[in-house]
Parts: sequence; C-alpha cells; structure tokens
Amino acid sequence: MELENPQLPTDTAIVTKLEEAVGWARESSLWPMIFGTACCAIEFMSAASSRYDISRFGAEVVRFAPKQADLMIVAGTISYKQAPILKQIYEQMCEPKWVISMGACACSGGFYDNYTTMQGIDEIIPVDVYVAGCPPRPEALLDALISLQKDLREKKYNPKRHKNFKGALDNV
Amino acid sequence: MSKYITILSKGLYSFIKTKYENGFNYLLDITAIDYSEYETEHKQQYALVYILRHQDFKQVIIIKTYISSLYIDSISDIFSGANWLEREVYDQYGIEFNNHPNMRRVLNHREFVGFPLRKSYPITKGQLLYEVDDLLDEMKNHLKYKNIKDKDLMFLNIGPAHPASHGTIRTYVALDGETIAAAITEIGYLHRGFEKSCENHTYNQIVPYTDRLNYCSAISNNIAFVKTVEEMLNLDITPRAKAIRVMLLELSRIEDHLVCLAAILVDMGGLTNYWYIYNPREDIYDLLSKLTGARLTNSFMRVGGMANDLYDGFKADLKNVLIKVKEGIDEALSLIKHNRIFHDRTQNIGIISAKDAINASLTGPNLRASGISFDMRKDNPYYGYENYDFDVVVGSIGDVYDRIMVRFEEITQSTSIIKQVMKNLPDGEVNIKDASVVLPKKEDVYNTIEGVMNQFKLIIDGVKVASNEYYSSIEATNGELGFFIVSDGSGTPYKVKVKSPSFSAIAAYPSMIEGSLLADSILTLGSLNIIAGEMDR
Repeated sequence: MELENPQLPTDTAIVTKLEEAVGWARESSLWPMIFGTACCAIEFMSAASSRYDISRFGAEVVRFAPKQADLMIVAGTISYKQAPILKQIYEQMCEPKWVISMGACACSGGFYDNYTTMQGIDEIIPVDVYVAGCPPRPEALLDALISLQKDLREKKYNPKRHKNFKGALDNV
Repeated sequence: MSKYITILSKGLYSFIKTKYENGFNYLLDITAIDYSEYETEHKQQYALVYILRHQDFKQVIIIKTYISSLYIDSISDIFSGANWLEREVYDQYGIEFNNHPNMRRVLNHREFVGFPLRKSYPITKGQLLYEVDDLLDEMKNHLKYKNIKDKDLMFLNIGPAHPASHGTIRTYVALDGETIAAAITEIGYLHRGFEKSCENHTYNQIVPYTDRLNYCSAISNNIAFVKTVEEMLNLDITPRAKAIRVMLLELSRIEDHLVCLAAILVDMGGLTNYWYIYNPREDIYDLLSKLTGARLTNSFMRVGGMANDLYDGFKADLKNVLIKVKEGIDEALSLIKHNRIFHDRTQNIGIISAKDAINASLTGPNLRASGISFDMRKDNPYYGYENYDFDVVVGSIGDVYDRIMVRFEEITQSTSIIKQVMKNLPDGEVNIKDASVVLPKKEDVYNTIEGVMNQFKLIIDGVKVASNEYYSSIEATNGELGFFIVSDGSGTPYKVKVKSPSFSAIAAYPSMIEGSLLADSILTLGSLNIIAGEMDR
C-alpha cells in the first residue's frame, strides 16, 4: 500500500472536494440487490461466478434485502403480476439508490409484446442504466456497472434526478 | 403412438375414471381449444383435451370433448395433478370445473378481466395490477380443509422476490413453531404469454420463444418443439441431424443439472460447490456460443434440421468440456458425498412416494428419484436412443438426497451417451432437402429468382402444416416436455400447449412441504429444479 511506502511523506494532506471523495467511496462499494426473475438472472449468476467475477468492481456484496442495498439490478421479464412487487421493493431501498435494467424484457418488454408483460420497467420505476441483450452477456452487465461508476465519480450525485418521475402504479 | 378419442362431454368423468382404472393412471395435460376462428363440423366453440399415459409408459390417449356449456366435471379427485391444470384452463379460457376444490386463477393476476387464450382476446391488451393478492381467503379454506384449528399459527410469505425461491415463486405458509402446518403456492409471476404469442408467429419464429421456456437448457426445448412439427409434417430428418440432436440434448441435460445442483448446494450453505460446478457450465457456454452464436438462448434448431452443421474442431472442444465437467462433478462430490451435514440436511426430507408422484404427474429426475424408472429415452425411444448404452438412474424413496444424486449420476450417463454419439457420428447433411420446409442456400437466394421466391415465401408464410391436432414429447432435462399443437393448414399454429414438467412439480410442492421444517422447504424446492420460464410460460 502507498501508506507503507517509505518514499512518501507521512504527513501528506490530500485536498479534494467532499463531493468527489464521497463519489469515489460510493463508486467502489455498490451493494447490488438482484431482482432476478428469468433468463437474465442466470447470466447474472455467471457475472457473479469466478469467470467474470463482479467483485473485481467492488459490487459483489449481493443483498437480497432491499434495505441493505443501493443498486437494484432488474434481471428478467417483469409481468403485470410482478410489477407491484417490484415497485414495493424499490421503495424499500434507501436513498441513494440506482437501478440497472438488465436485458430486453426489463428495458422494453423484449419480444413479449403481449397481454401479460410490462413493456419496460421504466413504466413503474425510474431506471439509470439500460443493458441491451436477450440475455446480455456478463460483460455487458459489467459494462453497465462501470458506466454507472463513472457517473458516480464524475457527476454530482443528484438525489432529485427522478423527482418528476411518475410510474403507472403511482397514482393509486 | 397416441390414440385419439372423441367423446360426449356428458360421460367425460366416468370415461376418464374407467380409463384410469384400466391403467391410464398418468395425466399428462389438460387444455382447451377455442374453435371460433376454425371451421369444423361441430357447432360448439370450445373443446377440452385430456392427454393420458398408460402405466406401461408407452401408450398415450388423447381424449377430446366438445362442450356446449362452460361447465364440466372436475377430475381432480382422480388425479391430484389435474387440480392446477384445470385451474389453468379456467384462467385462460374461462371454462369452469364443477366440484373443483379451488377454482381460481393460477397464471394471470387476480384483477385480470377476461380470458386471454380466447381468440376474441386481443394479444396486446395488458392489464395493470395494483395490489397483490394476499391469499388470505385461500389459506382460510385450506386450513379448514386440513382441519387445523385452535393453533397459534404464524403466517409467512416466502417469495415471490426471495433468493431461495429460484425466481418468482411465492409460497405462503402457516407456521406452527418451525413446522409448516399448511402451505399454498402461487405462481404466474413469470407468465409471459408464450402460448398466445405462438398463435401469432410462424413455426420457425416460435423457436426463439421455446428457448426461454427452460432457459437453463434452451436447445432441448427447441428440439421438443421442432420434433413435434416435423412429426406433423411426416418428415424424417437426416441421420446426422438426429445424432447431433441427441448429443446436444445430452449436453443441455448436463448444463441444466449443473445449474440445479450448484443452486441447491448454495441454498444449503455450500458455496464452494457452486464455484466447482458452475465453472464447467461456463465451458459449455463457450462451446455453445462457438457453435450457435449465443451462450444461453441458442435458437439452434429449425424445422427439418438445424441452423448449421458442427464447426471444424468441435469434437476436440467437446472432449475438453466433458473433462472439465467430470472434474467439477468429482470435486463437488468429494465435498458432499461423505459429508454428515449434507446427509442430515437431505435424507428423508421432502419425500414424495412413487404412488403420489405418479398421481401428481411428476416427471423426469423428480419421478425417477421416487423409484419409478420412466424415461422417454428408454420407453419411447426417438432419434436412435435405443442404440446407445446408458442406464436409467432411479432413487429409492424420493427425498431431496435422491433427487440430487439422480442428477449427479445422470450427468455421468449423459457424458457416456455423448461419447457414444461422437464415436459414430454419421456424415452427410444436417438439413433435409425439401424446399417447402428448409430455407434455400444463401448463394441461391442471391443468384436465382427461385431462391429469392423460396426464401421469401418461407419467411413470410412460414412452413405450412396440414390441419391436424398432435401431441409429441421428448425426455427433456426436467422430464417429459411435450407440445400439443393444433394446426389449421397455415404457417402459424392455431394453438400451442406446452406440457411443462415444472408446472406439475410445483403443483405437488405444497403438499410435499407440509409437516416439514421451514428450512427444509427451501431444499425441497431447490431439488425439484423449478424453472420459472417453463412453469409459467
């Protein structure tokens, strides 16, 4: 570690903006909550297993309890029957929170344009990153994670970014 | 192989009862057909179809009855497996069953209005659900039925969004301490309208949809579907195609069992096994993506053959994959085979007896674990399975341990079949030569007018299947996966019904966990290998 490096002066002070320091901390400690329903959840299993190893990006502490997580990965088809549950779990997550919509079904309903499938989860909850593919390869999910981390590092976190979002189930 | 009988609706119950007593004691499927857009000599709009299998596991009868009213007697007192199948018919077609213990929707949500598989229901008409069913009334009835009263019960939902529910299954349990006094299971959270979508696509367009039934072993679903269509067309595919299909079927079986075993051992707390078992699955993915272009949802089969032949060097790659699989399995087994914790947690847990398993229409490894040696590959061989040397693996009492170990051993048997296939892989084409079924070669499409026309007609109209009603099945990874297809002579099926192994398994699940500990119910669910896509369709 740098701190043990004798070349470095021990009395260094680093000056940065608090926002950036917090963004840097958030970036590498995302705790995902997997809302896995279908095929994409199997690809998430691959992303978590040793070949792709999502822990390289600091996001391996998979929580299934929404209250302990700050990144929701919606992996799989969301039907109308499932939608209120998705919304409930999203609301149980504490701020700050982000959502990755993984796969064609979660993004747009995919090729299930029919009476039972929600045509994209963004009809119910706000989404930060969309991942294309049916199912996406694990690399695509990792790419989504990296792009989210880049946002956290470079952009100011705006807790009100979804302030005007109104989902289909919100007016009840 | 299957016999077709049409009877009057009045005598249906007694007819099925007689058939049951005469040995047709295995219910495969119940479905309905809406004839409102199909010209028949019958004036009734709906017909019900019951598919039964004989206890010799060879004969199949399809019993059909045209109904003039929307009421019919339930057969759920003869077959426990009929309970949920009848609920599904009610849910999708609005046909009610008299004397049914629990006539309510099973796949669609409780606020749903209308019956989606009726031809009059528009395919894209979605309906929002605002509040989830609390299941209290169903639980109340169930407790009354089980005669449980004066007990201090605690009610708990497991799922639908729970890591141990393997997707989207919801089990609502009444707990007496740690023991489950009563359980009800609710499914349908991944109902994606497969059967309605099929009615709007040509036969080859359906192949990608079948991938997503059992997404852990996509190719076996492809094969089950195209095999049914090929039999309706009276096509005999080439010997090479048959052999490759057998090889891919067995590879999917390995793939599927690996994910099931990895998941259940994680449920038990054995995370190390997960790494050992999941890594060879990655190797299978590599092989399949090299062959088909996709890791998970391969869409490799076509009516009349398959997308393309094996690539050069496939044989060597496959050999390496099989070595990796064996290594993974051996490592995992070395961790659990003599492990006291593993034995204590799995033996005598979640038992289903042979008789109950048959009555509940359990199939595949789950049925074999109960000691019934029913395997379509032996009992109704197809694609030359009779020429390969392999054992049907059976368990002894049908507990979690048996179901796990049957799967471990089946991987070994499948490996052996694959080796035998690759040793004597026939040469030749993989697609049949029939311009009305198989797409022309690309150079013909680009260079000749006949080729362009042929390609255009096949893509736009689809493969024309003469009007017929047909059931066919294969031994897929989870058991007998069947398709019942009604065709009206066009390139699009009039109706498709999947006989789904997971659907029967989940219907039997609540009765399997009643009386056991809550923690054991998780393992019981894992050992049944419920795949939500196949269950909810």
